[in-house]
Amino acid sequence: MIRRNIQLNEQGRLRHFLTIEGLKRQMLVDILDTAESLSGVTDQTVKKVPLLRGKTIVNLFFEASTRTRTTFELAAKRLSADVLNLNISASATKKGETLLDTLNNLQAMHCDMFVVRHADSGAAHFIANHVAPHISVINAGDGSHAHPTQAMLDMFTIRRHKGDFYPLSVAIVGDIMHSRVARSQIHALTTLGVTEVRVVGPKTLMPKDVESLGVHVFHSLDEGLRDVDVVIMLRLQNERMQGELLPSEHEYYQLYGLTNERLKLAKPDAIVMHPGPINRGVEIESSVADGSRSVILQQVTHGIAVRMAVMSTCLGSHADGGAA
Amino acid sequence: MTQAVAIDPLLNDLAAQLKQHLSEHEIEAPLMIGIHSGGVWVAERLHQLLGLKDPLGHLDISFYRDDFSRIGMNPQVKPSHLPFNVDDRHIILVDDVLYTGRTIRAALNEIFDYGRPATVNLAVLIDRGGRELPIEANFSGIKMELASGENVKLKGPEPLSLHVAKKGSAE
Repeated sequence: MIRRNIQLNEQGRLRHFLTIEGLKRQMLVDILDTAESLSGVTDQTVKKVPLLRGKTIVNLFFEASTRTRTTFELAAKRLSADVLNLNISASATKKGETLLDTLNNLQAMHCDMFVVRHADSGAAHFIANHVAPHISVINAGDGSHAHPTQAMLDMFTIRRHKGDFYPLSVAIVGDIMHSRVARSQIHALTTLGVTEVRVVGPKTLMPKDVESLGVHVFHSLDEGLRDVDVVIMLRLQNERMQGELLPSEHEYYQLYGLTNERLKLAKPDAIVMHPGPINRGVEIESSVADGSRSVILQQVTHGIAVRMAVMSTCLGSHADGGAA
Repeated sequence: MTQAVAIDPLLNDLAAQLKQHLSEHEIEAPLMIGIHSGGVWVAERLHQLLGLKDPLGHLDISFYRDDFSRIGMNPQVKPSHLPFNVDDRHIILVDDVLYTGRTIRAALNEIFDYGRPATVNLAVLIDRGGRELPIEANFSGIKMELASGENVKLKGPEPLSLHVAKKGSAE
């Protein structure tokens, strides 16, 4: 029996955007193309289009994140949707309200989309499985599982700089094991057909079965960087330092910090990316983060157009198919 | 059965009408905007025939359509590109076929999100009737009365050719 991908509706259109895994290449390309067109909205005097006028989008953040929430909010507003920001870390759960009760209350307010950020892997899937048929769910990061809009804005940034995906060699460096960003990036890069994805990091931060995702594993940064077109640095979570997974920030920087000197090993036109927020002097040298090869701030800008594309694609999937 | 219509005489006639309008109203530097995709092809020809100095603008009105809730997102949407400031300028908006008027409604809304033009005139290659909105062309190459089951389509970009066919019939 073939289990239908929960992200697709009966017509095969993208209804929820929960993970890159299982999506076809053309679907990802369509999102990137739509984002390319939507990025022109900022050239207008009136920086919005009426596409999602009358829709209500709820940013449901169970885990704090200023930048991700802000770019989702801006994306929704540039599409003329109404936006509600809910930080549920404290209020509802303290009063003993269950997640489903919270959801049912929001559905009773006639919302059209939930953008969900949660510390538990699978939270967005759980919500997508329980919402009414007219509602779409976007995963804005769940535990160490997936962060698909971040991966798509990274793909958008890579395509802007490099054009085609297939000749590219991309290195993802850092804490691969706990990174939902890395997992989504790996799925996106392999689906879009790059030549090689390398994951670089210490053994203690490398998932055991990672090679099954079609990547090459490196424990030496110098070897991992050699002749790559794109370097993606991951944020080192401070809490990993407290445990036994890593010796010290200083030692991590010595082994895995991206310096100007090390960047010379990559191709001369290689770009440097980071999902932010950056730890200067921990995973990346300040002058690299601010240097000419860094596209870190462009990633933030592109995040808005890409999220606009994902929102309009998902809400457009509810189209009733009436004649044009 | 399809029926082919000669294009060049229509374009020349349209250009002549526009020339006369521009000289009567003493408009020296109008801005021309074509609507994706057929309108852009027609606008390219007119732009050349009129010898306009400013670059041609492109509009893809997908984000301004009134049928998003019916048909959803079209991933083939092209970026709009207006490489000029529209404020206080005289605009000639160009499309290939004027039918219901809904595309023009969307185009006007989009143009006004870029600024406040002095005037907007509409030039179309074919006016096929069937309006659903109070919108009319200021200039048209040819007027055709088509039944709702018939379709007129401009093919291009090179060469341009016009085809009238029953809806749903093969080419």
